Amino acid sequence: MMGTFYTVHFWLFSALAIGSALAMVTRRNPVTAALWLVTVMFALAALYVMLGAHFLGAAQVLVYAGAIMVVFVFVVMLLNLGENDVHERRSKGAAAASALLSGALAAELLYVIRSQPMNDSVLKPVDSDAMAPMANSLFTDNLVAFEVTSVLLLVAVIGAVVLAKRGKVVGESRT
Amino acid sequence: MIREALYVSAILFSIGVLGVLTRRNALILFMCIELMLNAVNLSFIALSRLHGVSGQVFVLFVMTVAAAEAAVGLAIVISVFRHYRTVDLGRIRLLRG
Repeated sequence: MMGTFYTVHFWLFSALAIGSALAMVTRRNPVTAALWLVTVMFALAALYVMLGAHFLGAAQVLVYAGAIMVVFVFVVMLLNLGENDVHERRSKGAAAASALLSGALAAELLYVIRSQPMNDSVLKPVDSDAMAPMANSLFTDNLVAFEVTSVLLLVAVIGAVVLAKRGKVVGESRT
Repeated sequence: MIREALYVSAILFSIGVLGVLTRRNALILFMCIELMLNAVNLSFIALSRLHGVSGQVFVLFVMTVAAAEAAVGLAIVISVFRHYRTVDLGRIRLLRG
């Protein structure tokens, strides 16, 4: 399983994800950033499949690249934002501090992962049935969480409608 | 490959943090949050190869929460945009005091 083909593609998709993520945080235009984020999602879906999570790879493409990103692009185009509507300029000190902080976070995380003993030879085998183990766990051990999730989605739908509604509910009535 | 996947996950999360710290566009900020959620999902899936399938179930929940968060968050952005005619977080300073 861990042949050269696998390794090469693993690093290919990893590099694609990291490169696209860097491109995303540096683009000024929100639509361009959203399209780079779609590339990240697709690369991550490939990585999920390579790690044995076939269903989640498909769900990643459907839910993130298909639904969430469409909503993002839809909102960007609805608000009709251009490149010059947001002033991104920050003081040199603030930018340096941000880069330093996130760099320190990355270094710390990499160090912690590196120091963990991790044995790749005891990997659980990938079930040829992509759905059954997940479904068993989801509908027995995690049934309550699953039901609560449906309530969460309902609340999110109602909240989004109330917030985006024109009129006196939230929005313009206050000054 | 587990350790390498965790490395990728850590780097992606840090890039998301970098975006949240440096950008002022509310929409791009949301995208960075989605990126961080995805990085966490990658580490969940990598570790599910060591610790069993419950990691993958958790990823399913994270995806649901991310969808709900995107819906509510973007509704808030639209609401704020109607009020201030901008999504520039440097100019939305009602809570700054």
